[in-house]
Amino acid sequence: MKRSVIRITGIATAALLLGSGLAACSSGDGGGGGSETLRVTLVNHVWTDIIKEKIPEFEKESGIKVEVAQFGEDQLSDQYNVKLNAGSDEIDVMMYRPLQEGKLFAKNGYMADLSDRVSENADWDWADYQEGPVNSTTYDGNVVGVPIITEQEVLYYRKDLLEAAGLEVPKTMDDLLAAAEQIKNENPGVAGFVARTGKSAAVTQFSSFLFSYGGDFIDKDGKASVNTPEAKEAYATYGKLIHDFGPDNVSTDMSWSEAMAIFTQGGAAFYTEADSLYKNATDPANSKVSDTVGFAPIPAGPDGSKAYNVPSWALGVNEASGNQDNAWKFIEWATSQDMTLEIQKAGVPGARTSVWDDPEGISTYPADLAEAIAISTKNGIGHDRPLVIKVPEAREIVGEPIVVAITGGDSDAAADAANKAFQALLDDENK
Amino acid sequence: MTATTSIRTSPQKTFSDWANRHRKWLFASPAMIIVGLLIAIPLVWTIYLSLTNSEGSVRSEHDFIGFDNYAEVFADFDRFWPAVWRTFLFTGGVLIVELVLGMAIALLLWRPFRGERWVRVAILLPLVATPVAVGMMWKLIFDPNIGFANQMLAFFGIPAQPWLSGELTALPTLMFVDIWQWTPMVVLILLAGLTSLSDEPDEAARIDGANSWQRFWFVTLPLMRSTVIVAILLRSIDALKTFDILYATKGKGGGSFHEVETLNVYAYGLSFDYNDYGVASAVLIIFFLLIIAIMWAITFRRKEKASK
Repeated sequence: MKRSVIRITGIATAALLLGSGLAACSSGDGGGGGSETLRVTLVNHVWTDIIKEKIPEFEKESGIKVEVAQFGEDQLSDQYNVKLNAGSDEIDVMMYRPLQEGKLFAKNGYMADLSDRVSENADWDWADYQEGPVNSTTYDGNVVGVPIITEQEVLYYRKDLLEAAGLEVPKTMDDLLAAAEQIKNENPGVAGFVARTGKSAAVTQFSSFLFSYGGDFIDKDGKASVNTPEAKEAYATYGKLIHDFGPDNVSTDMSWSEAMAIFTQGGAAFYTEADSLYKNATDPANSKVSDTVGFAPIPAGPDGSKAYNVPSWALGVNEASGNQDNAWKFIEWATSQDMTLEIQKAGVPGARTSVWDDPEGISTYPADLAEAIAISTKNGIGHDRPLVIKVPEAREIVGEPIVVAITGGDSDAAADAANKAFQALLDDENK
Repeated sequence: MTATTSIRTSPQKTFSDWANRHRKWLFASPAMIIVGLLIAIPLVWTIYLSLTNSEGSVRSEHDFIGFDNYAEVFADFDRFWPAVWRTFLFTGGVLIVELVLGMAIALLLWRPFRGERWVRVAILLPLVATPVAVGMMWKLIFDPNIGFANQMLAFFGIPAQPWLSGELTALPTLMFVDIWQWTPMVVLILLAGLTSLSDEPDEAARIDGANSWQRFWFVTLPLMRSTVIVAILLRSIDALKTFDILYATKGKGGGSFHEVETLNVYAYGLSFDYNDYGVASAVLIIFFLLIIAIMWAITFRRKEKASK
């Protein structure tokens, strides 16, 4: 009797486990596909939403069938890690992050060399691309990707709160600290300032603070420099803004979605974030503060207002793909001037100079945002994270002092420790 | 005569005799070989990788470095040992609570009562939800600012708690989520065991004047021993390899302080985030050996007791 019970429960659980296992495995991919089927892997992004609507036009025009696989950011890197590692030819066109994975992928030989292709077509005009983004998609002198989305950090703020407090839009970091403090004191339940707090997630948005204070992750000699007096001050300022004037129950896990939620629910007066996410704040469907949100350049530190200006996403071709010609046709189509203009008007900043010069290119942007972007494109820095091969590891190291500062700890000591660890990582990579 | 002997000793005959005697192995062997290969190949490959300095891409050049990775891992008191400790704290913690709670609920459901079916369905609900979805749901509930948990505390005038975001509270909070989700399975297993028990020993004890606690402790529980062991085995294997809810709520690295980083999360980060395949493989092999040792200890004790 007892034994049969065990057996039944055993079978039941086995069936259960098997069921969930199978369900987890079923998300495979279509497979098959000759040269007329192009497999494109994209990330969840506004850019992707727009391009997906247009793909039927491309299919009709070229006779190529496009299969789109779409993932969240983390799932996308997992996909690449598994498939590219295995040398799979299941991906033809891949949307990737030049600053995050670019060096690693290029070094591993995952990316096809596009140097000849970009210069072939004068109408498509490679020279039209901004210099910073082009540098980030070039590895060892070879072009391995075409930048499609750029980002600059800007200051999001609440016009109504500033007005009620009788304050001007902060021009310097000291203004920002003072304004955040005043608004927090005058408005119970509203934070003066909010931003990303997760160790790795915060690094990119912290970088503009670092640059504006005159620091950088790596100095001119290629040495770790996250414990310079400038860097220490930047860590302390970012930390103070959140620890002293941030939301009451601040967590150390916030990425942009959590921080954006606090801002758009009316929980904060100031928020520094990438401009490419501005629609989240201005769209009444997502945002309670959509009609009072304003934009400004990153407040100036001792070294001026220096936001990052980076290509956050690019399109590349899988070296193992047997369909590289069609892959390039797709990229050429998706990144043409007309397409870039259209996508940029829909709210996704691109990397083409001609589109930025065209008044129509910024016609749909809030005027103050367009102005802030123009300033960051001019004095912007071309990276927002340490440019190394092991970016994820480096981000965790240089992000540690941010978290320590946010939680009110000794960020100077943390910066010294981080510098040591970061230098070890650099030494290891330069071996 | 010679002909028959030759038939008897012919290779075909010997083979078919042998095949007849071993037919249960013979027919099962293709499946066993495939399953064996499916287990062996990745395992051997992981062991091999753990002895190399492979990083970046598994296809790129790497050197054989012996046990250096293991030495590195064992000397890592920042991430590895805390991860080991958290893995066992998590597993042990949820196991004890789930067993006690599961047994209590199973005893309540044991005897027929009105509305029994509805109660059973309600209790089983958490079990059918996908762990990642469960993680997302609790992440929302425990959100420090807009989450339901803190709103409810505020309603009763209790200050907001950091729940998932606190360095010390995150792991206990996730243990609570695991208990919420998996106690029903323990209830299911124990209830199946309880309903199959015969009533006589219990009645005999009742006639002898044993109170309900004595009847549970000295009669029901010993009879339930094998069922309880099954529950322990299934739950501990599952809890040891918990990944989904940790990843869904705290992301890579188990949060900014690695506060919920178990061995699984650590190995995942090493391979998928850091692309450090050599070290990641070493961690996984160590984890694998640990699990085998524990499972062996549990089942071995059971066999020993059974043979007494």
